[in-house]
Amino acid sequence: MDLSTSKSVVIVGAGQAAAQACASLRLFGFEGGITLIGEEAALPYQRPPLSKAYMKGELAEERLYFKPEAWYQDQNIDTVLSVRATRIDRSAQTVELEHGGSVSYDALIIATGSRPRALPVEGADLDGVFDLRDLADVERIRPRMIAGQKLVIVGAGYIGLEAAAVARQLDLEVTVLEMESRVLSRVTSPVMSGFFEAEHTRQGVTVRTEARLASLGGADGKVTTAVLADGTELAADIVLVGIGILPNVELAEDAGIACSNGILTDRDARTNDPRVFAAGDCAARPLVHYGRQGRLESVHNAIEQGKLAAAAIMGKPRPPEDCPWFWSDQYDLKLQIAGLSQDYDETVVRGDVDARKFAVFYLQNGKLIAVDAINSPPEFLASKKLIMTGARLAPETLSDTSQSMKEIAAAAV
Amino acid sequence: MAKIIYVDHEGTERAIEATNGESVMETAIKNSIPGIDADCGGACACATCHVYVDDAFMDKVGKPEDMEQSMLDFAENVQANSRLSCQISVSDELDGLRVTTPESQH
Repeated sequence: MDLSTSKSVVIVGAGQAAAQACASLRLFGFEGGITLIGEEAALPYQRPPLSKAYMKGELAEERLYFKPEAWYQDQNIDTVLSVRATRIDRSAQTVELEHGGSVSYDALIIATGSRPRALPVEGADLDGVFDLRDLADVERIRPRMIAGQKLVIVGAGYIGLEAAAVARQLDLEVTVLEMESRVLSRVTSPVMSGFFEAEHTRQGVTVRTEARLASLGGADGKVTTAVLADGTELAADIVLVGIGILPNVELAEDAGIACSNGILTDRDARTNDPRVFAAGDCAARPLVHYGRQGRLESVHNAIEQGKLAAAAIMGKPRPPEDCPWFWSDQYDLKLQIAGLSQDYDETVVRGDVDARKFAVFYLQNGKLIAVDAINSPPEFLASKKLIMTGARLAPETLSDTSQSMKEIAAAAV
Repeated sequence: MAKIIYVDHEGTERAIEATNGESVMETAIKNSIPGIDADCGGACACATCHVYVDDAFMDKVGKPEDMEQSMLDFAENVQANSRLSCQISVSDELDGLRVTTPESQH
């Protein structure tokens, strides 16, 4: 379907994927109207710093925004903010808005993102209990991040651990609760989990694994304790919840667009309706380097799918599909991840764990599928390319630090 | 305030009044300068904001730190004057800085 002469492209959602789609549509020469509909009051901004430099107070708010307000005017992009889209009518090609009214589209990009999984315990609604997802959350949390306050973080995923690092640097008393037997259990190997747990412990965080939160207790509506399933009571002034996110698929699902843990798209970010695209956290896309469909919660994915959707609408060649990549900053550690490590059958450590400069490679049938690199950009960048070429590497080669990653990459087949 | 001149790989120049304290990368992104992707938003995580610094300013912008240097080692078409623009902070001293963007960041 040729959509390049569309009069109107509507984008539901105003996060990174949406911002990229706007920029790419104009870059590819789209001259029709663009309407950006966002639930939040803010123009599109970067989320990663919310649990890092911005939370710590090291980054001014204006530096979070991808583009200044004037850019949207210059580019003739209509921004409809603090408004929820309530329904997609695919036969009428309209998006209905809360408080009434609707917007017509020739092409629609659904970039509705994701929302934090709600804490399923009593007391989750007490004052002092926070999610960490958007700018407004951080505005509420930051004034309470005062030295000496007791912070309990529920969930030892990346968001939880990044927040723990910030809180320790601000001198709060921090406890991290994790249900599983190790931190980051869903996303990394035992070696990496062990490293992060030791690092946080060394920095003064109390990490409690196999700890199930039973309830939150409070006084005068404000949280005061976290009660564990084994009866342990922990004093808490603030509770941060980081137990995963859920894709916002309801708008698509209600409109009869195919979904399965995410809005299903093809390689061009197109859904089963040729006029409707999905991009970012809400979409489940073909993971071309892994031969399966999946959802990625990352900056790389948001940018790439924003570009893919814009290119498909404009009939441009498909932009490159990069190896998935991620990063996390905790204390002075930079973790860079390339690839998806699920289903690995072998790990190889390169470098010195104690020196806090090492990488863990993940292999599947001898093929490199992912790397977690701590303060090691060469391991990250070389692996990103090697993963895309389906390179097979011997474990003894990967662990041999007498060879540089450049040399290893050049010799790989 | 400092004026930063961005030159694309075809030689087209764009002069921008930059804000002190923001990076050469951020200034480029906010002003839609082509040739800089900056996927990670300035976290020194992705090496997609590679630029060539005009020789006259090499001393003023200083040398890359280890992390940046090892990222640069893997960028395409690296030269002695290559830098990641997210790691160059705008100041009065850099008024008139010329940076050239590569043909591609990937």
